Amino acid sequence: MKAPLPVVRILRVKAILLPLLAAAILAGLSWGSGGGGPEALFRALVGLPVDDPVLADIFWKIRLPRVLLAALTGAVLALGGLVFQALLRNPLAEPYILGISGGAAIGAILGILAGLPRYPWGSLASFAGALGTVGLLVLFASWKTALGKDALLLSGVMINAFCGAVILFLISVTSDVRLFNILSWLMGDLSLAAMEQVALLAAVTAACATGLFFLSHGMNLLLLGPDAARSLGVPLEALRWALLILTSLMVGVSVSLCGLLGFVGLVMPHLLRLLFGPDHRVLVPACVLAGASYMILCDLLARVLPRQGEMPVGVVTALIGAPAFIVLLRRAAR
Amino acid sequence: MNPAIEVSGVSFSYEEIPVLRNITFRVEEGDYFVIIGPNGSGKTTLLKLLCGLLKPQRGILTLFGLPLSRYRRRALARLAALVPQAAAIDAPFRVAEFVLLGRAPHQGPLGWETPEDVAIAREAMKFTGTGHLAGRRMDRLSGGERQRVLIARALCQRPRILLLDEPTAYLDLAHQAQIMDLMEALRTERGVTVVLVSHDVNLAAMYASRMVLLAAGEILAAGPPPAVIAEAPLEQAYGCRLAVETNAGGFPRVSLVPNGKGGPRPLRPAAAATEVER
Repeated sequence: MKAPLPVVRILRVKAILLPLLAAAILAGLSWGSGGGGPEALFRALVGLPVDDPVLADIFWKIRLPRVLLAALTGAVLALGGLVFQALLRNPLAEPYILGISGGAAIGAILGILAGLPRYPWGSLASFAGALGTVGLLVLFASWKTALGKDALLLSGVMINAFCGAVILFLISVTSDVRLFNILSWLMGDLSLAAMEQVALLAAVTAACATGLFFLSHGMNLLLLGPDAARSLGVPLEALRWALLILTSLMVGVSVSLCGLLGFVGLVMPHLLRLLFGPDHRVLVPACVLAGASYMILCDLLARVLPRQGEMPVGVVTALIGAPAFIVLLRRAAR
Repeated sequence: MNPAIEVSGVSFSYEEIPVLRNITFRVEEGDYFVIIGPNGSGKTTLLKLLCGLLKPQRGILTLFGLPLSRYRRRALARLAALVPQAAAIDAPFRVAEFVLLGRAPHQGPLGWETPEDVAIAREAMKFTGTGHLAGRRMDRLSGGERQRVLIARALCQRPRILLLDEPTAYLDLAHQAQIMDLMEALRTERGVTVVLVSHDVNLAAMYASRMVLLAAGEILAAGPPPAVIAEAPLEQAYGCRLAVETNAGGFPRVSLVPNGKGGPRPLRPAAAATEVER
């Protein structure tokens, strides 16, 4: 038993990932269509005069909220993937694939169509959509099916497809300016970030991530299977509901602010598990830090890659994530 | 003194399908108690009832004089540990991490391990002969290794009752004996009550201090092995002709009796010889 204590492992993971996050934030602030670069950012940071006075505003008023929103969304989606993989004991589970993001999106679109202000009502509608999907999933899974352990995942895939159809229906019956709002938001748009949104998501994420950290040992025990977990004294139903509610809450709010961003919850937990092992007490903080860094970098690519304008960050996460998903499928099949 | 386990008038059904009917028996502290019976006789269901994973529709189960329903889940986990059937474990836990998870009912919600937890886990691994596997991944173990690691995890709970579901299934003869010997050591050295489900009648008869024979959800025979390992109840339970003899070690041995209808044929030396000559 030479393995170091969990506290030591958590600190070690933070020592690796915190500098990565800091670097990602600095990179995310430095580059973009408005110019800048690390040197200008450094001058602005230490209070030296910057050549272009507009640049300081770009750094602090445009890029900073965007980078922070990307970081929070990345953390939420990576955590969401981690939780669902433990809950379903299936390595392919993730809020997007399970249709929970889709449910949240339906809630958010209905909010937009009803003319509700984006926060708090849009976020609440989105949370309700996420929770509704989770409710459906739990209901389907409680029916005895021949599919066994994978029933929940397959129901999720179907719910996701259904949500996609509902979203397309809602779009097709919308014709005014709200259509553009819905479309740009759907594809995962971080460009509209404002500090009040960041503050809302930051508060929700901090609360949910803390809660999930306290449930992390329970997630370890869930991996043993329901009977073994219960015979070890785990209050299984309470733990499952707590995990579902915390995850739906943060995914719902994140979707309402940033739209649909797929595959982040799939790629990050798997990568981190390969690097740091299966202990969720280590993986929860690791997902927060690495998920945040990853999304900032994806958003940076979305801003920098196109010659003109930018592409939705959802395009980047899916372009990287879908092939990674295939690789994981192959690993799972072995 | 209260018996370790007392089951009285327990019935259980899964969605209208009765699995156990009016089961009554008791297990004394320090017993090596084996539940035998054919497939689908309700053995595993009975084991799940005994550790509170299922609740009986009728009847009452008591552990050390207190009804099972009165125990809190964590308190129950410190009293009775379950060794489930050695299913595949997906997570790439290391053996040492996996065994430590057995300390959960004694730990806080985050499961921070104390030096005492680590010492108990190390001792459980030593007792089950799995210390050398500490750094190995669970999904890279052989069947016998995996079973002993599962037992080590259960021992970390420091239970007074150990419940095992088919611990010798899929193991070769030497590993079967190893597991059964381990349970005997646990009982004699630590006074742990062992309750074990098995469909290996002969193995059970060699080790059990008391046993019950389940068939179609009812107890057909109960008591020390000679009372249960008898032709009449076994033939009724398994629905085929059986012979009970005494083997060289003085233990009862159950074997199938050929029915002469295309089943196994008795092998005669002369017949075997002609086969070879052809």
